[in-house]
Amino acid sequence: MTTMTIAKALNSGLRKRLEEDPKTLLMGEDIGRLGGVYRITDGLQKDFGADRVIDSPLAESGIIGTSIGLALRGYRPVAEIQFDGFVFPGFNQITTQLAKMRARSEGRLTVPVVIRIPYGGGIGSIEHHSESPEALFAHTAGLRIITPSNAQDAYWMIQQAIECDDPVIVFEPKRRYWLKGEVDTERPTLDPFSAQVVRPGTQATIVAYGPLVPVALAAAEAAEEEGYSVEVVDLRSISPIDFDTVVASVEKTGRLIVTHEAPTFGGIGGEIASRVAERAFLSLEAPVLRVGGFHMPYPVAKVEEDYLPNIDKLLEALDRLFSY
Amino acid sequence: MANTGSPSPAETGGTAVAEDSSAPLIQLLDPDGRLRDDPVFSAYAQDVDAEMLRGFYRDIALTRRFDAEATALQRQGALALWVPCRGQEAAQIGSGRATRPTDYIFPTYREHGVALTRGVDFAEMLRIFRGVSNGGWDPRENRFHMYTMVLAAQVPHATGYAMGVAQDQSDWTAEQRERDGEAVVAYFGDGASSEGDIHESMVFAASFDAPVVFFCQNNQWAISVPFEVQSKVPLAERAAGYGFPGVRVDGNDIVACLAVTRWALERARRGEGPALIEAVTYRMSAHTTADDPTKYRTSDQEQSWVHRDPMTRLEKHLRDTGQIDDAFLAQVERDADALAADLRSKAFSFPDPSLEDSFNNVYAESHPLIREESEWFRQYESGFADHQTGGNR
Repeated sequence: MTTMTIAKALNSGLRKRLEEDPKTLLMGEDIGRLGGVYRITDGLQKDFGADRVIDSPLAESGIIGTSIGLALRGYRPVAEIQFDGFVFPGFNQITTQLAKMRARSEGRLTVPVVIRIPYGGGIGSIEHHSESPEALFAHTAGLRIITPSNAQDAYWMIQQAIECDDPVIVFEPKRRYWLKGEVDTERPTLDPFSAQVVRPGTQATIVAYGPLVPVALAAAEAAEEEGYSVEVVDLRSISPIDFDTVVASVEKTGRLIVTHEAPTFGGIGGEIASRVAERAFLSLEAPVLRVGGFHMPYPVAKVEEDYLPNIDKLLEALDRLFSY
Repeated sequence: MANTGSPSPAETGGTAVAEDSSAPLIQLLDPDGRLRDDPVFSAYAQDVDAEMLRGFYRDIALTRRFDAEATALQRQGALALWVPCRGQEAAQIGSGRATRPTDYIFPTYREHGVALTRGVDFAEMLRIFRGVSNGGWDPRENRFHMYTMVLAAQVPHATGYAMGVAQDQSDWTAEQRERDGEAVVAYFGDGASSEGDIHESMVFAASFDAPVVFFCQNNQWAISVPFEVQSKVPLAERAAGYGFPGVRVDGNDIVACLAVTRWALERARRGEGPALIEAVTYRMSAHTTADDPTKYRTSDQEQSWVHRDPMTRLEKHLRDTGQIDDAFLAQVERDADALAADLRSKAFSFPDPSLEDSFNNVYAESHPLIREESEWFRQYESGFADHQTGGNR
């Protein structure tokens, strides 16, 4: 076991794939000489060369589009999008091309492209640097979407994403990049597309992912002080969603909150609520609640604390569940 | 030839024809069927002999029959849509015949003539328009990628593929490159040239010296919008802004299209980076079978292009020089008839696709939602089988 930050875990995972697979390439804006604006690729160009850790022109559609071409040539490109809000110039390439290439080729072509996107708010930044666009991609078949919340998952999930033959988007919780955790570098503990119960409980379940897992854990702890036993599920994979783990938890607890920074309307929480209603209707003691962003563009930094889900909002939702 | 920048007027030849633009137009076979010399590009057509030209004529004739037959099949309701390429055969076949089997081609969706040169079965191509496939053929077999309907989206793929080729061949000697070097051709049109993906592709290709040839067929019309709305300058001139050469070629001159594409592919193979070819041609037919060109262009304009028809031009040359006779033309006609018969029989006998195949092809690896939904659908279907109703779908 080694202690490292999520940033270091991602860096180490990328390094391992570069070492073990000569076909793995990294490409993105400022990822080479600078090591990325968050230093996730720090030192990799120095060690693996500018042909394998490529400083790209400033063009997101070009980054995704050429990554698709490299994948068709037999490479495993890992494209970095610098910030969540800047993925949209590449949206066409991701949704109409990358996601569909295998289907439209009748299974003949695979395009194992990984897209890394630092996402989420809470960093006091300017416009377009704090968004959570995961639902826009989850709606598109052909993509897989994962989001680690801790160093162990960061280290392994980035490697598993690169090894996967399908396109994978890795949403990285940027405000947790410096969160430290234990990493077992010998072996992964979990399938990247499975959810994990990170805190057992009996009376309610909070499903969270990425940056909100620590918030959900803190809320569960606060609830325990008030005498409530709350289970926390780290979703880990947004597409596919491990509904078996979520439903098993709800069948045990009877109450569910889904929380994410993205707006609740049309979000992942609605999808989970619907599936749980289908599969665990008779287990539910209360309606499924969502704690998420409001229906507005991500607000200015000075009010983002009011916008973001937090411990108090989760406790308020738990109160509603228990008083139903 | 300079590594960057357009070929100088001297390089592109005193014989270049000024047409409706100041940019020189490379031409080796003029509309009257006479061969012309070009100080740069004639060298790339030295081996063009009577046999090769007869082959080109047959290529054009077969492509044109394929086009006509597919249009007829659409009119009969056998195809949902057809995208005619009439008038653009010289640009497509000339450039396609310049490629090697090891090169990789990324077409848009009108490159039926290029497909012929790559050995793609024309009948397979109808599967897309018959509604039984979104891909049609196996792109790996002939290194001819699937058609792409989102305009320009395949051009960054071509560029990325070429970046991969460059990496794979980075330590090759000049002799190895000459002999086995691979290159990539990206086809797009004047309409697609306005898409951002073209710009980004050219930036990437230039920055990484990617061995990709950008082959733009300027057929004058993006459905109903004339070329003047896409660009104020000949598209070939844009190459200079990216730092690689651009050449404007008579797209209805199959010899010139062959020569300039060979030139561009050879320098790409040598590691000298991309080039842009603007093939000036004309879409003699509609945009698709759902289009009505009488709404937006005059018959005068259409007529003005008839005498530049790439097929009659080549036929005139071959007849005037005594390289073909009626027997040859009759044989080509019989070959075209056989092709048409083959197309008709295959178009009506494609195996029906199943939704199960659609489920299976979304992901390479096992996926729980796909499993769940396909299992639900299987159960739903079997319910109808039990009651022998066939369902109400």
